[in-house]
Amino acid sequence: MEEVKVYGVWASPYSQKVIWALKLKGVKFDYIEEDLHNKSQKLLQYNPVYKKIPVLVHGEKPVAESVVILDYIEETWPENPLLPKDAYERAVARFWIQFGQEKSPTFHAFFRTAGEQQEKAVKEALEVLKILEEKGLGDKKFFGGNNIGLVDISFGWLAHWLEGMEEVVGIKLMEPSTLPRLHKWIKNFKEVPVIQENLPDPEKLLAYFKVLREKFVRDLPSNDQ
Amino acid sequence: MADEVILLDFWPSMFGMRVRIALAEKGIEYQYREEDLMNKSPLLLKMNPVHKKIPVLIHNGKPVCESLIAVEYIDEVWKDKAQILPSDPYQRAQARFWADYVDKKVNAVARNVWATKGEEQEAAKKEFIEILKVLEGELGDKPYFGGETFGLTDISLIGYYCWFYAYETFGIFSIESECPKLIAWAKRCMEKESVSKSLADPHKVYDFVLGMKKRHGQE
Repeated sequence: MEEVKVYGVWASPYSQKVIWALKLKGVKFDYIEEDLHNKSQKLLQYNPVYKKIPVLVHGEKPVAESVVILDYIEETWPENPLLPKDAYERAVARFWIQFGQEKSPTFHAFFRTAGEQQEKAVKEALEVLKILEEKGLGDKKFFGGNNIGLVDISFGWLAHWLEGMEEVVGIKLMEPSTLPRLHKWIKNFKEVPVIQENLPDPEKLLAYFKVLREKFVRDLPSNDQ
Repeated sequence: MADEVILLDFWPSMFGMRVRIALAEKGIEYQYREEDLMNKSPLLLKMNPVHKKIPVLIHNGKPVCESLIAVEYIDEVWKDKAQILPSDPYQRAQARFWADYVDKKVNAVARNVWATKGEEQEAAKKEFIEILKVLEGELGDKPYFGGETFGLTDISLIGYYCWFYAYETFGIFSIESECPKLIAWAKRCMEKESVSKSLADPHKVYDFVLGMKKRHGQE
């Protein structure tokens, strides 16, 4: 069996997605922590186009971009499937994964800006979450149905990273009264053993978000503060 | 049971072209419906309530939104001919990576090439050529991005080719002089009927872009 390596960063939900998928399928891998201020030669060699984590390396063959990596994992290790069998249901799952990707700048803006720009981001983020809850999740336990799948994994950052961001920024997006189903989904998602056992330490994450937020606010043009 | 396939589209859309090409490659009969983006049909709003955008592939009443997702869906459902994605998972990952690169990189920059002026336009032109050169590098000496056969990455990029005339005219530059191998690739793709019948006429695209610029007070 060929060696599997994952290049990631402890705080990144993108590398965590890859780890969850591999662990859910019982695939053994080596994890390499990268220092983003001092990227390794290997990382630059394996992902010359973007020079980013995560990268999955399977027997010396690199796969970059988390969405592409998740598809690769699903197709290479078909046991414990994370995507539906039906082609149409698969297209729907891919739609929601892409929706999440497209809307990430809104959440970045929520965390990185202040004043009017942040207010706009908050409004957009709440609209996105409402669409996700009503049209994506609906009445299902998980996006994948009775069990978690790639869509749940893709939105995993909402279940653990968002609360740290909300605390540091001082604005709550995920209110149980306005987003009850997503709130329940978060609870169910974090109770899945592989997820529960593979989350970054919340205290450490909070401290990390505090430092990041200070830096972003400092770098904002003064009329945005 | 006969399949009912409808494509909601807009003639100059390079995203719509991707789906047209995939359908043509597979020889699938379908109804093409032109949308007026200033006056979207109730069907479009019903089939794509989240984004309200074209293209939307409707297969037996069920909508598939997002062009690359629709192309993969077409490949999975109509398996018997003209395979669009390779069989090997690693090759599939490479095809998806580069199709995603086109989506992430080409669109925003390409728009700025025709929609901006002065320094902003010069920066957009420079970035646009850099992106095309990366793609050219990935193509190398292969006939198509995937190798010997036309596939997902080719489909993701080729629609932009009929927009090149507009980019070059408004940007006052030559894409062919900077990326000759990529233009050679595009011409090779155009030899396929599925491509030549799916792409818009470059002069019509130019007129369309001119119209957009005038509406935004840029001409």
